[in-house]
This record gives sequence, C-alpha cells and structure tokens, in this order.
Amino acid sequence: MRLNKIVKGFVIALPVLTLMACSSGNKVEEQAPETNQGAQTDTSGSSNSGSNAQVGAATQQQSPQEVYREELAAVQSDQVIYFEFDRSSLKSEFYATLDKHAAFLRKNNTQRVTIEGHCDSRGTPEYNIALGERRAKSIETYLLNAGVRSSQISVVSYGEEKPAVRGSSESAFVKNRRGVLAYR
Amino acid sequence: MYKNYFKILTMLFLAFVSSKNSYATLEIVITEGINTARPIGIVPFKWKGEGPMPARLTNVIAADLRRSGKFNPIDASTMPQFPSSDGEVDYSVWASTGVDAILVGSVEEYSINRYLVNYELIDVVRGQITGGQTQILSGGKLVSTKDHVLEAAGHVINGDQFRNHSHFIADNVYESLTGEKGAFRTRIAYVLVREDNTALPFQLVVADYDGENETVLLRSDEPLMSPSWSPDGTKLTYVSFESRRPQIFTQDIYTKSRTKMTEFEGINGAPRFSPDGRRLAMVLSKDGNPEIYIMDIASKQLRRMTNNRYIDTEPSWTPDGQSLIFSSERGGKPQIYRVNLASGKTERLTFDGEMNLGGTITPDGEQMIMVNRTRGNYHIARQDIKNREMQVLTKTFLDESPSISPNGSMIIYSTLHSGKQVLSLVSVDGRFKARLPAADGQVKSPSWSPFL
Repeated sequence: MRLNKIVKGFVIALPVLTLMACSSGNKVEEQAPETNQGAQTDTSGSSNSGSNAQVGAATQQQSPQEVYREELAAVQSDQVIYFEFDRSSLKSEFYATLDKHAAFLRKNNTQRVTIEGHCDSRGTPEYNIALGERRAKSIETYLLNAGVRSSQISVVSYGEEKPAVRGSSESAFVKNRRGVLAYR
Repeated sequence: MYKNYFKILTMLFLAFVSSKNSYATLEIVITEGINTARPIGIVPFKWKGEGPMPARLTNVIAADLRRSGKFNPIDASTMPQFPSSDGEVDYSVWASTGVDAILVGSVEEYSINRYLVNYELIDVVRGQITGGQTQILSGGKLVSTKDHVLEAAGHVINGDQFRNHSHFIADNVYESLTGEKGAFRTRIAYVLVREDNTALPFQLVVADYDGENETVLLRSDEPLMSPSWSPDGTKLTYVSFESRRPQIFTQDIYTKSRTKMTEFEGINGAPRFSPDGRRLAMVLSKDGNPEIYIMDIASKQLRRMTNNRYIDTEPSWTPDGQSLIFSSERGGKPQIYRVNLASGKTERLTFDGEMNLGGTITPDGEQMIMVNRTRGNYHIARQDIKNREMQVLTKTFLDESPSISPNGSMIIYSTLHSGKQVLSLVSVDGRFKARLPAADGQVKSPSWSPFL
C-alpha cells in the first residue's frame, strides 16, 4: 500500500518534471519490488536450516541505495506533526520526529521534501490557508535550524481543503490540524 | 501496472466540460420564515392551445417568489377561481382569501415552437375598491383607468425559454411589489467535492440560482477554491491546486478559455474582481507573509496594500471600488479592516465577538456581511456600516464563505449539516432561512453572480 503510494507519487509527478527526473522516477519504481524479494529469500533461507551446525552469517553490505530506501521508508512511516487549535507552534513531543527527518535530509542533501500545512474545518477557508502555511513554515524553520538546506524544502498550504478525516467531531479536528512531510 | 498508470493519467486529465446534467444537484428546503411572508396568488396560466401545455411557468414563478422569503404563494387548490386576465377576475372572492395581489396569464401557440405568453399582476384589494374601473380627470374629461393592474405584458418566446421566461416574470412581479430588483435570473458558482469520484473529486460548478442547469466547468484531482464572478458575469476567477501548489486562474464560462494569473511561491489566494473588472484583489505570501495585493489584469502589475508580519486575507471590494475590506489578525485575533486605495489609510471595522472574518459589503454600501465567532460558534452576521451595530443571522454550524445576491436581499453561504458541507440561504434581514442539500458530495465556496 505504502509502496503503491510512492509509485503513485512518482507517476503523478512525471509530466511536470523534466525528462531526466522522469527517468529517475521510473528507476525507483522498477527497482523497489526486486529488493523486497531479495530480502525475503534471505530470511527464509536461514530459518529453514534444521541441522545442529551453527551457521554464522556475515553482515551483508547494503548498497547505498538500499540504505537510502530503508531510511526513506523509516521517515515516511512517521511524517505527520499535529497542532493545537488555531496554533502554529510546534509541540515538543514532535521534536524527535522532526530530528529524524532533519538527519535524513542532511545526509541526503539533494533529497527534496514538501511540507504540507493543514487545518481543521473551523474558521474560513482563506484564513485556514494562511494558518496552514504558518504551520508548514514552523516545521520548515525547525528543519532549517537543524541544518537542512532551504533548497531541499518547499511549503504548500492546503488549509481545510484536504482533511485526513471527514466530519466535525473533535476527534476529526485533532487529526486534521497537521503538518505532513511528504517525499515525492 | 498498466491499469494503474492509466488511472493516474486520467487523474491528471483536467476536464473542461460543459455537459448539462438532466437533474439538479441542489434542492431548496425552506427552514424558517414562511410565516412572515406575504400571501400572493400565482394563478396557473391558461393554455390556449391543442394537447398538453408545453411547460408550467407558474410553478417556477411561485417557487422563485417563495424562495425570496418575501412571498408565500397560496396553494392552487385554495384558489376561488382560475382567471387568465383582468376581465375574468372576481375581486371580492379574492379579497376574502387574504391575498392582496394575484398573477394571471395565458400561453398560446404563436408559430412553430414559438409561444405568446401574456400576464397581468393585479392588486385585488384596489380592484375590489374600484370595481376594476377607476375614473380620473384627464384633459378635462373623465376617463377610466385600470390602476389596479400593476403590470401587464406579453412576450413571444421559443420553446426552450419557458424556464428563463418564468424567472423573468418572477423578477417583474418581485420588483413591482417590493420596489427592489428581482434576482431570479442569476447564477451561483460553487465547489463540489465528489467523494464517489476518486479520480477527479474537485469540481467547479455553475448553476442557476435555484440549482437548475448545473454545469461543471472544471474537474481536478487537487483542491479548487474561492470562485468569484467578474462584474459582467462572463468570467470566474478561482484558485486551483492542479499543479500541486495554488495558482490563480480566470476562466470564461462560455468559451471555456482560461488564463493563469499568478504562480508565485507560497499562497496565491482569494482573488476578487474589482467592480470595473480591470483589477484583481488577491492574497500572496511571496514576500514571507500573507498580504493583500491588487493586480492590474492587463499589465499583471501588482500593488501591495498591506505590509506586516500578521495574516492579512479575504480582500473584498467596496461597491464604489474605492476601498478594500479584508481580514487581519494584526490586533490579535482576526478582525475586519478597511483600506482606502487612494490614501492607504486603514481602519478597523469590527469589534464584536472573538473573531470576524470573510467580510463583504452589500451592494447599497450600507451593511457588511461576515463570519462572526462568538463563544466558539461561527455564524453569518450583519453589521451596519454607519452605527456599527452587529446582528448574528444564522444558527447553523461552522458557517463560512457568505456571498450576497446582487439585489442585496439574500446571502448564500456554506455550512455543516448532518456532517456534510451544504449551501444555505439566509435573508439579509435574518427572517428567511433555507438549505440547499446536495444529492452527493460536499458543497462549498458559493459565489452569487451579478445580474445577468
């Protein structure tokens, strides 16, 4: 499902990117399934051995690309930062998450990230666009202070237009007041 | 994989369509205000031709007048007679029904697919007093007049014009009886989010004010926001996220041709045509903060109207085009301010409640309609420009995006009803309320057209 999302992301980006970016998107799309299969074969091989002999395994050297993909998957699994009502200041409980993203972006300094700002449905759509941008920008500021290059970051506010959860309950509001660090 | 790819390609495809749906998505449910409306008799028009009548104009006319909040057309079953012209009216029996005016008329075949529609609007109270004949002295002679006939006209129309002609007659009846121009031949633009259409859920729609003749102008896989009409009613300006960031467009609703007006970094939002149609007010955050700008459409030159580190948004022109009102949180919470374009002088207009947002000035320049937050509740409110008195008009939930009808009598806005975003109506005096539930999807960002 997540893989599908990534693939989708790349394919959607296709026409707007340059031809070069196009081909790099395709590469990731094709390679990803192969690596997953490889990893699966390895584990089944080791668990199948029923003999008494102890099998020692040398740590397999991961290729830089494999490392990158693992790290990308790790930051993508924790990419949402939540905000208080009508606030754009970061809550300290999300510093650890943001630090992980910052470390990943510092290490891969050509990697781009889009910070999306979102709001709950209270207030007017136009005010929420402004508030969403402010939320995304406080995440941006945190990343910049942590050493991420400004060229890696873009910011877009969706206001209340793309709720994560439909409805007008407090529980829906809580999930919709968010910043999302999106890697495409 | 191929299948997926194809699906995504269709997602990317932004359809410019003008297919007319045979059904209306919006339907009007009146929730408050019938008791204060004035009873009126809209007598079914007489068909003077062969076979069945091609269309029932009076159904549309009665619905228009009822929706204005000012009239309560009585049921045809309670009418004492069905006259089709002044000469057939028995004034005394009508006076006893409590109505003070009736509309009578007829439809006859004129030529192939052409029809002659005659109507008369009659003051039955006056008719009863004068017996239908008033004698006045004119040029030294007594002549009889029919001053109880408020309005009489005949028009030849095509077979496909019945609906529009019904709105035309309703406009005339409304103006004759209230002294205020009718707004039944107007349209609304709005954004429909169709959750059942996962490929292109965001749709920009234009419909007659009553929800009929719905036309989808744009479908997209990314959000559409803030549609607003040009003063001549031929164009819309709106914000589209189709390139995964906000851009302001203008689009001709008839030729479908569209122009990208802005693609700055950051917010490109809340575009509004100036009353002369030559400029766009908008919000851009390209210089760091959301600020109000005015763009000259021909030269695309920008003029910055605000400059501070707070949120400034929701510009709206005063009817004279001399000022903008806008929302700003420079004083803490968002409140509405007015800036004079010539002097740059800015003054705060709202002080009641925790917040006031999304302001628009009524066409007569005397009232401001806005979203007020008091004790956490967002409602549509009205404030008198001169004495600054504020009145909350609605009781609905999470109200936003109010837009005023061009005759200044009605407000359409977006609200939450049973967990869905729907459009609602409230009269500027707050007496009449109605809901326009959509068949499917969330409906928001309504914008009422000018007179067409």
